[in-house]
Amino acid sequence: MARTRFPADAGLSTRMLATLFLLGLLYVVFVAVLIALRIPTILIVLIAGGFLLVQYFFSDRIALAAMRGREVTPQQAPQLHAIVDRLCALADMPKPRVAVAESDVPNAFATGRSPRRAVVCATTGILRRLDEPELEAVLAHELSHVAHRDVAVMTIASFLGILAGFVVRGSLYAGLGGGYRRRSDQDNTGQVVLLVVLASAVVYALSFLLTRALSRYRELAADRAGAVLTGRPSTLAAALVKVSGEMGRIPTRDLRAAEPLNAFFFAPALARGFSLSSLFSTHPDLQRRLDQLARIEAEMGRSA
Amino acid sequence: MSFLDALLGRSKPKPARLDALFAVSGAGIALEAALGLRPAGRAGVCFKPASGMGFEAASDELRGLLDLAVREAGSTLEISQDRYGYRWIVLGDADLEDLVTSVHLVNATLEEQGFGPQLLCSVFAFGSGEQACHLVYLYKRGTFYPFAPRPGERRDNELELRVRGALAGDLPVEADLTRWLALWGLPLA
Repeated sequence: MARTRFPADAGLSTRMLATLFLLGLLYVVFVAVLIALRIPTILIVLIAGGFLLVQYFFSDRIALAAMRGREVTPQQAPQLHAIVDRLCALADMPKPRVAVAESDVPNAFATGRSPRRAVVCATTGILRRLDEPELEAVLAHELSHVAHRDVAVMTIASFLGILAGFVVRGSLYAGLGGGYRRRSDQDNTGQVVLLVVLASAVVYALSFLLTRALSRYRELAADRAGAVLTGRPSTLAAALVKVSGEMGRIPTRDLRAAEPLNAFFFAPALARGFSLSSLFSTHPDLQRRLDQLARIEAEMGRSA
Repeated sequence: MSFLDALLGRSKPKPARLDALFAVSGAGIALEAALGLRPAGRAGVCFKPASGMGFEAASDELRGLLDLAVREAGSTLEISQDRYGYRWIVLGDADLEDLVTSVHLVNATLEEQGFGPQLLCSVFAFGSGEQACHLVYLYKRGTFYPFAPRPGERRDNELELRVRGALAGDLPVEADLTRWLALWGLPLA
């Protein structure tokens, strides 16, 4: 039996499982509260579910259109295709479509609900700035997102937030327009609406924090899998430093235009001065990612 | 990948499968009989070198082990690097059966050293010049596919498909055509 040189990170898996459990628990509690307050839950779940399905099934097209990425053939981008080809053969996964976005912001993202429907997109900015091994490391990170089905997981995880948001809006309108008013509990309407809005707001805030935490864990997992695939954690670290270092220097207007798509990016496109606490960000901070990569490098050296 | 692995964002490096390699000797006979493609006496093992001290130490040790293993079979051995950063161990032996044995030895040694997940493919050269059609073995799939490179980064797809037909009974041929990876600049000339 051949030995493996890459031990799994049990801590990361545990934290991710705990986050998912809390999200699930929150979901159950929220639906229970809605049912207890006699809100037409089924309808709300159906509407929110519809949005979720659209997002799930068209994620590749939505993200590509928003980034103005266009698919490229092996003739148009032979180098990019050759790198993806080799990585897919190493990882034994179907080759995703390859796209290039005309943007000077150095970044890359992967989208699509399943490995068969995935698209990996790199901006012209990242193609220009990174050398070949670094580009390969970044693409390995993106392919790990595809292999881990991160679009599906994150879409489903964000369902609760969407649901809670709908309920807040729905009950506010209903409360103002008197939609829930019934003869028997006319006096209670105001109170019920207030309760629902409060509960939904709390659920929304909690689910927001939890999905952000989950997103950070999945970034770390993709960093790890990407580093293991190429066998070169330090190259990914170098690419990260290069991209993150340069991104801060680019004019903010471009960056803000790219912000809604952060979840699928290699490095978040946040403008300088936009300082959120680490609790709110979709990506772990650079130091944390570099520390993890250094640790993997050390592990590889030990076990080889 | 299991549901839990997807949920937890875990992926394990895929181990290489070496079992089908020995079928190449039989396939060589079939290729010569059906298409007149003769073994060119060279083969390459392609893998992705990892970074770090551990790998450098291991590759020195590996070089010694490989030399020893290959000398016994009477093959020659060179190591080169391609432009994508993959390392090639190029073996030469006029006898196809000995060549296959050497390739298997190299693979087994790499796997023993823990480089199984880093293995990309093995290539056996057949024919020459405008007639060349190499046989590529994909470790992670355990399948073969033909690769007939022509000048100007073109492939002779017709010949490749004929080779597929000729090999159908002898080898597990990769059924998914999108996985017939192009390997330009093979160091097997």
